[in-house]
Amino acid sequence: MTDAGPTPAPTPAPGPFPCPFCGPRDEAEFRYGGDPDVARPGPGSSDEDWARYLYVRENRRGLAREYWVHAQGCGLWLIAERDSVTHLIHSVREATP
Amino acid sequence: MSPPSIGEKPRYSALRLFLEGLRGQSGWGPAWRSPEPRRRYDAIIIGGGGHGLSAAYHLARDHGLTDVLVIEKAWLGGGNTGRNTTIIRSNYFNRASQAVYDASLKLYEGLSRELNYNIMFSQRGSIELAHSSAEMEGLRRVVNAMQVNGIEASLLTRDEVLDMVPLLDPRRDCRWPVAGAMIQRRAGVARHDAVAWGYARAADGMGVDIVQNCAVSGFRIEAGRVTGVETPFGLIEAKVFGMAVAGASPELAALAGFRLPLLCMTLQAMVSEPLKPCLDQVVASTPNGAYVSQSDKGEMVIGGGLEHLPSFARRGGLAKTREVVASVVEMFPSFSTLKLMRQWGGTVDTSPDNSPILGPSPIPNLFLNCGWGTGGFKAIPIGGKLLAHLMATGRHHPLSEPFGLERFATGRLIDEAHAGVAHD
Repeated sequence: MTDAGPTPAPTPAPGPFPCPFCGPRDEAEFRYGGDPDVARPGPGSSDEDWARYLYVRENRRGLAREYWVHAQGCGLWLIAERDSVTHLIHSVREATP
Repeated sequence: MSPPSIGEKPRYSALRLFLEGLRGQSGWGPAWRSPEPRRRYDAIIIGGGGHGLSAAYHLARDHGLTDVLVIEKAWLGGGNTGRNTTIIRSNYFNRASQAVYDASLKLYEGLSRELNYNIMFSQRGSIELAHSSAEMEGLRRVVNAMQVNGIEASLLTRDEVLDMVPLLDPRRDCRWPVAGAMIQRRAGVARHDAVAWGYARAADGMGVDIVQNCAVSGFRIEAGRVTGVETPFGLIEAKVFGMAVAGASPELAALAGFRLPLLCMTLQAMVSEPLKPCLDQVVASTPNGAYVSQSDKGEMVIGGGLEHLPSFARRGGLAKTREVVASVVEMFPSFSTLKLMRQWGGTVDTSPDNSPILGPSPIPNLFLNCGWGTGGFKAIPIGGKLLAHLMATGRHHPLSEPFGLERFATGRLIDEAHAGVAHD
């Protein structure tokens, strides 16, 4: 009932997660950290705006922008561009400017 | 017990099986037609999984609405309906959840007879293990909450658990020693395909059209209401629409111009090679992160927790497989010699409070049945009934009232974040 058609053909397994500080590390060391493109509403915003901020996520099939954190490594917060179907990582950079 | 509601379909029975045996099984006919969809219906349900087919059945049976179309992107029951571990239970904490899941369990209890289709519902009991006195207190809290609301559940001592499930690791110094458990004896497992097929056959018998391999590519929206859906068969119009598409809900909502508070992730499951009967119940350990039951074929059906990253991959990662298998072997050391036969994954639509979303969408004549996350199979009968009620009357059934989309703005969340390993 979820997606179309048969299970997709196998794609190349995602390699190690490339941490900009530590280099390639096992993906198990990293944790998904949420949607980086959610803007916090200002004072006086409506309940609906707050609900959107708290709960609605991009949740995109295909290339998605995501926060990740190297939780069991250097602790760096990252912004990754990752494909949510193949799990291949297209780019990773430090989240702080 | 209500008589079967299968419309014009021939009744399945032992006598008919015997007679068909005499004439070469030539008289069965297809369980459902595959008609070309018409241009216009009273109601269209998007999604031919358990919830969508159950909704079609209830529209026809409860509300007399038979000018109904079910459209399915792929094949009936091929999504999460066919990818779960088939556990049916109602051991939840909140009153609103208990009411929904127990109503569903009660419908399952009569479903084989009602649909004249053997869904092989086996009420073998579901055991949730505790590994410390603190965890026992947690289970005591859930059991009390269930008993207060009239739902059967009880606690088991360590000795009682080990007596019922002798394959569990009995040592006191292992990583997850058994301290006791909670049991819901009415819980069990059913044949998942049969649930989808039984509803499809019964709905078809009452006149519902079911069309497979028919993806919705867009909505026609006029004056704030949906008037039709774009499909490979062209535009199909209707007065009221329902969507029950689980992991495809965010995409379908985007086509209709709104967003949902869902996050799609992969939940995987696996089965071992078949064994002789050796595990009588469903056994779960939330702290350890795995649950097991034995299928009628003898395979150990194994599930674990979610993979905590957004994913539409529909296949499980090996890291999680290893974690779940390790948990199972810690519970049942003798299972370490088993070979895994198959491993698979489904895309589950998780909601922020782990409770489903039922009710009107931002478009008033398009109704939602989504957000069941990892626990949708057990809710198929009630999920369909409640969606049908919404579509037929435009109003909530009292059971679905607390589960509307507006709860995320009002803050009246129904927190079931700890409703089991992955609430199956």
